[in-house]
Amino acid sequence: MKIVACIKQTFDTEAKIVIGGDGQISDEGVNLIVNPYDEFAVEEAIRTKEKDGGEVVVVTVGGDKAQEALRYCLAMGADRAVLINDPALVGADSGAVSVALAKLLSEKEAGFDIIFAGKEAVDYGAAQVPSRLAEKLDLAQANVVTAFELSDGKATATREIDGGSETLELALPALISAQKGLNEVRYPSLPGIMKAKRKPLEVLALADLGLSADDVASKIELVSAELPPARKAGQRLTGEVDEVVAKLVQLLQEEAKVI
Amino acid sequence: MSIVVCAEQRDGSLRKITFEALSEGKRLAEASGETLKALLIGSGIAGLADELKKYGVDEVAVVDNEALAAYAADSYAAVLGAYIAQENPALVLFGHSAVGKELAPRTAAKVDCGLVSDCIAISFADGDYLFSHPVYAGKAIGKYKVAGPVRMATLRPNVFAVAESEGAGAVVDFAPEITASKVTITGAEMASGDRPELTEADIICSGGRGLGGPEGFALIEGLADALGAAVGSSRAAVDAGWREHAAQVGQTGKVVSPNLYVASGISGAIQHLAGMGSSKYIVGINKDGEANIFNVADYGVEGDLNKVIPALIEKLKELQ
Amino acid sequence: MEFVYSDEERMMLQMSKGFAEKEVKPIAKEVDKEHKYPAENVKKMGELGLMGVSVPVEYEGSGMSNICYAIAIEEISRQCASTGVIMSVNNSLACDPVKIFGTEEQKLKYLADMASGRKLGCLGLTEPNAGSDAANLQTTAVLDGDEWVINGRKIFITNGNEADYCVLIAATDKSQGHRGISAFIVDLDNPGFSVGTLEDKLGIRGSSTAELVFEDCRIPKENLLGEVGKGFKVALTTLDGGRIGIASQALGIARAAIEDATAYAKERVQFGKPIAKLQAIQWMLADLSTHYEAARLLTHRAAYLKDQGQPFGKEAAMAKLMAAETAMKAATQGIQILGGYGYTTDYPLERYFRDAKITEIYEGTSEVMRLVIATNVLK
Ligand SMILES: Cc1cc2nc3c(=O)[nH]c(=O)nc-3n(C[C@H](O)[C@H](O)[C@H](O)COP(=O)(O)OP(=O)(O)OC[C@H]3O[C@@H](n4cnc5c(N)ncnc54)[C@H](O)[C@@H]3O)c2cc1C
Ligand SMILES: Cc1cc2nc3c(=O)[nH]c(=O)nc-3n(C[C@H](O)[C@H](O)[C@H](O)COP(=O)(O)OP(=O)(O)OC[C@H]3O[C@@H](n4cnc5c(N)ncnc54)[C@H](O)[C@@H]3O)c2cc1C
Repeated sequence: MKIVACIKQTFDTEAKIVIGGDGQISDEGVNLIVNPYDEFAVEEAIRTKEKDGGEVVVVTVGGDKAQEALRYCLAMGADRAVLINDPALVGADSGAVSVALAKLLSEKEAGFDIIFAGKEAVDYGAAQVPSRLAEKLDLAQANVVTAFELSDGKATATREIDGGSETLELALPALISAQKGLNEVRYPSLPGIMKAKRKPLEVLALADLGLSADDVASKIELVSAELPPARKAGQRLTGEVDEVVAKLVQLLQEEAKVI
Repeated sequence: MSIVVCAEQRDGSLRKITFEALSEGKRLAEASGETLKALLIGSGIAGLADELKKYGVDEVAVVDNEALAAYAADSYAAVLGAYIAQENPALVLFGHSAVGKELAPRTAAKVDCGLVSDCIAISFADGDYLFSHPVYAGKAIGKYKVAGPVRMATLRPNVFAVAESEGAGAVVDFAPEITASKVTITGAEMASGDRPELTEADIICSGGRGLGGPEGFALIEGLADALGAAVGSSRAAVDAGWREHAAQVGQTGKVVSPNLYVASGISGAIQHLAGMGSSKYIVGINKDGEANIFNVADYGVEGDLNKVIPALIEKLKELQ
Repeated sequence: MEFVYSDEERMMLQMSKGFAEKEVKPIAKEVDKEHKYPAENVKKMGELGLMGVSVPVEYEGSGMSNICYAIAIEEISRQCASTGVIMSVNNSLACDPVKIFGTEEQKLKYLADMASGRKLGCLGLTEPNAGSDAANLQTTAVLDGDEWVINGRKIFITNGNEADYCVLIAATDKSQGHRGISAFIVDLDNPGFSVGTLEDKLGIRGSSTAELVFEDCRIPKENLLGEVGKGFKVALTTLDGGRIGIASQALGIARAAIEDATAYAKERVQFGKPIAKLQAIQWMLADLSTHYEAARLLTHRAAYLKDQGQPFGKEAAMAKLMAAETAMKAATQGIQILGGYGYTTDYPLERYFRDAKITEIYEGTSEVMRLVIATNVLK
């Protein structure tokens, strides 16, 4: 079985966001991590392999530093990694990223049985790549998945919907996007880290995929980024519980008009 | 040209986000001079078209087909693709709901267009649309332009005001070729009770580690019942197993923007704020005067939640 | 000179930081307050390979560098210094001497057991009359046929209450002074062994500090570690390496204090502005951060020299001295920055303060560190 996990390197969730002189978000001094939802995807890919055999290939579109994220996944237990790294992909939008991934997965890395991805990346929170990829590769998909099982060539997935959950059956090959709760992510063991150094990590440019810069031209353009207006501390209510509660209810009714 | 709103219905009732999207669509249509259209997909749902007319649509296209009874991304995206090919709209709007989050990008890939997800504002000026989308969990706001001819956006629920208005209100049938989905739904489980859904609720009462245990949520539920609110949770309370993950608000949980968010026994960590920072009003109930929640709360109650909440419930009951 | 992490070191940092934040931090307060040995986490650390970081893979260790080891101890100790010392003692004081001085058979059995985390190790050196003067041992080992017979008491032994194996330093010929000392590996599952008093301590309260009692404790002849009469060398070599671990533990505590105090200073408002705007606070944080960075460079340099097979005793002593004093200073000033709040158990600063103190004492006091450094400098 060939299992693919799509990952992205993102800012640490604790990172302080600073807008640089160019009006764009600065990544200077920011700690980079594997997108937390993608960790669930990698974990599920490894578990699937441990159960049913096969190999796990982690793939990403990113710059040189993204190798660190891929190595981390290899240390967790993935077998190989592929990085698509090309100047034309700097700042690529979700559409462009999915074009590059779809090309990789339909040609050079064709023949997969299942693709895992995170439900969204915590940086841009667009949640587009998995669904776009499923469309481009003509796959059955389950989004925001909290439980997954594979038996007799059929996948069963539980996904979150607004106000509840649904259980789906998908024919393979399929794409699953992972939500928190799908599994408990392992830490790479130290022997895993040592082995990761020797596992294959292939770096491909667009030309290696038979794509040109035009094929991955972004359709959306970030015009500017700004910090949201800071929320200010409001009133502090202190005193006897009864008085405080009465005051609060009065404010909610008369000032905020929300109850 | 037109602005198309993809109407979302479940089990024969329209979702609130659809009215929000139509209201915003109408506002933009007036600014750009486009017509406003809605696409309604499902089985036995033709009757819902009337409800859509209240929000100023010029035309509702109805795709009523038994094969589309259950929502599936692949088969619905095929319908949307066919409609967009025929209609060639300038802008297609979806809700940033569980359905929209999946269907919009799948459709965007089909018709090869740009999509801005989770918008909190859209404007039209100088002949182009500008989309505002919070990034880094709301720590910054990106403003985007999308290269046409077709643009797409999903709208964050509960952010765009609902307003009724007049429109031509024509209803037409649209009958594209239907492709069968590769996915079969074998079961569904809806959260019990009649509390509103977290992302749609006007009021949310959330509890954190300060509740001291799962029994603490009884207090939060009591307060939620008194306010007609949904119940949310911090991650600490979810990790402790006091509440299911679906209730988690924050960076790795749900992003909500109710009119009123009541945080009890929640310290206000940056990752929690990422999920509720855009609420219109925030109330913080915490016994620690230095808790970060007080830096964002409109009304900060410094005190023991075990005393404050029961008193608050009493007071609210008196009012009813 | 290069001051960048290798892939391996970066992954180690990421992994150990993640583990420490998610698994170690949530129970750190309880471990301290209830004097609770964190058995569950020690087991997990064994599974991850953290109990034998620089032990070769053939002996079920992780085969990583000492720099990686230093990074991991710092991250764990950042959240819980008790867990940090449990790990450090197993790695440095128990695995290391067997790795360096052990026979192939000893390595395949004892080293592999400890490095994999299946068994826990400790070092039995200190005695009531042998502290800084470690050669003044009263515990004896006498050869009787195919067995060594051990009698005596060891005190202040970290992991002593939980350990399965002990690297024991005992006198085989008292008339020879430090040349009459030998090292042994003792399987503590032995009728001649018992655990005596457990110390109640100021800090690192989740790690046991035990008295080990040997009464006609018979162990096989082949459990001699190294040569007869060379045990003091085993002890000194072991402590040199151990100091890299304790320096890293101290770095973790120092960083905890600095980070928590910095966060607090930015939030605490007095006289209408955050106290971080006050120069008095800024200078404390500036000095502490500088000391911390300096100590960290010294520590990583000592680890680097050890990795290269070069002498590192002086550097390890310097690292431990500097890191321990930095930890103490950071904890003291950290509490100062938090004012009265820092003095209460609502904040972890007072725990850092109590934990920091031991780093100036064990594996050689700060005075002994200066002695070692001076001896090297004046050579
Ligand atoms: C990658 C990542 C993602 C994360 N994502 C999320 C997320 O999506 N959502 C989220 O919430 N967190 C998230 N977190 C966790 C976040 O950092 C905090 O740890 C968490 O929000 C803390 O939850 P809490 O406020 O309930 O607990 P605490 O921080 O422990 O706060 C409890 C509060 O209760 C108060 N309290 C205690 N007793 C009482 C009483 N009797 N009366 C009144 N007040 C009382 C205390 O003063 C304290 O302020 C994430 C962290 C990481 C690293
Ligand atoms: C919590 C804890 C855990 C420990 N774990 C272990 C362990 O796992 N294994 C183990 O074998 N031991 C362990 N020890 C023992 C520890 O290493 C000794 O306590 C330490 O070496 C100091 O010895 P001492 O306590 O006898 O002090 P002493 O040697 O009596 O020192 C008293 C004072 O005199 C000073 N002093 C002594 N000699 C000199 C000198 N020549 N020049 C200048 N000043 C000097 C010292 O610096 C100190 O200030 C532990 C101790 C503690 C408290």
